[in-house]
Amino acid sequence: MELLFDGIATAWRLLISLDREVLSITLLSLKVSALATLISMLIGVLGGTAIALSRFPGKRLVVSLVNTGMGVPPVVAGLFVTIMLWRSGPFGQFEILYTPTAIVIAQTFIATPLVMGISVAAIQNLPPALRLQILALGASRLQMVWLLLLEARLPLMAAIMAGFGGVVSEVGASMMVGGNIKGYTRVLTTATVMESGRGNFDTALALGLILLVLSFGVNYLLTVIQQRQRPR
Amino acid sequence: MVAALLALLLTVPAVAAPRPVILATTTSIQDAGLLDLLIPLFERQSGYRVKTVAVGSGQAIVMGRRGEADLLLAHAPRDEQEFMTKGFGSRRRPVMQNDFVLVGPPGDPAQVRGQPITEALQRISRTQALFLSRSDHSGTHTKELELWQKAALSPEGRRWYQETGMGMGQTLSIASEKKGYTLTDRGTWLALRKNLALEILVQGDAGLINSYHAIEVNPALSPRINAAGARVLADFLVSGQAQELIRNFGVSRYGLPLFVPAGAAAPLRMRK
Repeated sequence: MELLFDGIATAWRLLISLDREVLSITLLSLKVSALATLISMLIGVLGGTAIALSRFPGKRLVVSLVNTGMGVPPVVAGLFVTIMLWRSGPFGQFEILYTPTAIVIAQTFIATPLVMGISVAAIQNLPPALRLQILALGASRLQMVWLLLLEARLPLMAAIMAGFGGVVSEVGASMMVGGNIKGYTRVLTTATVMESGRGNFDTALALGLILLVLSFGVNYLLTVIQQRQRPR
Repeated sequence: MVAALLALLLTVPAVAAPRPVILATTTSIQDAGLLDLLIPLFERQSGYRVKTVAVGSGQAIVMGRRGEADLLLAHAPRDEQEFMTKGFGSRRRPVMQNDFVLVGPPGDPAQVRGQPITEALQRISRTQALFLSRSDHSGTHTKELELWQKAALSPEGRRWYQETGMGMGQTLSIASEKKGYTLTDRGTWLALRKNLALEILVQGDAGLINSYHAIEVNPALSPRINAAGARVLADFLVSGQAQELIRNFGVSRYGLPLFVPAGAAAPLRMRK
């Protein structure tokens, strides 16, 4: 219990003193995860909408695969990306293993199925008559898709939040492909693991609390966007 | 918002001009904090960027064999020798030493306190006292297996011999919670002991020396190996300046040094 208070006190101290190392770690966490979420949003929402709106043989199989992807352990995604990026691997020539870019790639692999799976459900959940109605009013296909996305705004924002939450809190892949390199690829989660390994439980707890605050900030922002009243 | 995020992307640090050196090392050195002292200094002096990847010695050696790392800093002498004889490494130099200790519950149910390590392990086996093994192919695990072998015992699979598969910190915590014995390097022990209900029971045995070597990976393994950078970094680690930093490392925090530099005139003096 005492440790918990120590952790809160340490977190407060690190935040108040604007500890440079902690700030840069926090910023990197935000950058990497925001970018991975952004890319997964593009792939996930568009891909999910395409899957939801089209009819093709094997659709159930595809949706099942996407839904399974939502549960892939980050460490497995990390292992896969590591093998791809190894010097001896297919993308070895780019030498991006142990860089922030590698973490973005791995986190995109983790977040995309999350965003896509929820997007499929969100679009499929719209009343089928809505599509016909929009088209009957003379909208083009592109306009129809846009209106559907707006209509499914609430669950789609939830999909993005799930994606961001999934990657900002993930440690296995970031550790594996980033390497937790000081001042370069160390993010909040890998720093937390390292500090607990070092027995600095108060610092570890403090980093965990900072992660929570960061996560709250981002989700608050997204929630504000989500809950905004659309002029009718 | 998209523009802001793209701006964030562009500020992600770019790779410095000389090719970075990938240093695969053991978690024990990173956990002790030694690399946080040495590596930034090296980067400032040499202009090289070092990508330090802290893994177990076993994984570090595998990374070396695959040509995925340029320099290894490991503490598994037997595996390292095999690595060298098979031609995976081009040069291996001693960097520093410390020692392993056997820790266990203060009650010491197997009565191992002060015994030589071989006798201590035999007593643990005889009394079937709980022993926690890392079982993660780390340098510490390799050492532990070597010690069991010397004691003519093969404890794998016995009920009192539990394999955690975890790092040193977690294994110590488990040993503390379950009142078991375990082998640890002294550095991790010093860093974590304030949270542990364990005591050092066996130390100072010649069989418990823990030596760290820097191994340059043979550039013939892969055209992407940064042999020049690895050589400069290894030269730095054995240089007088780095050796002096190693000698004094930990004194202010733990009251005693964690490592003895390999360049020291006197051989390893066991601390009591």
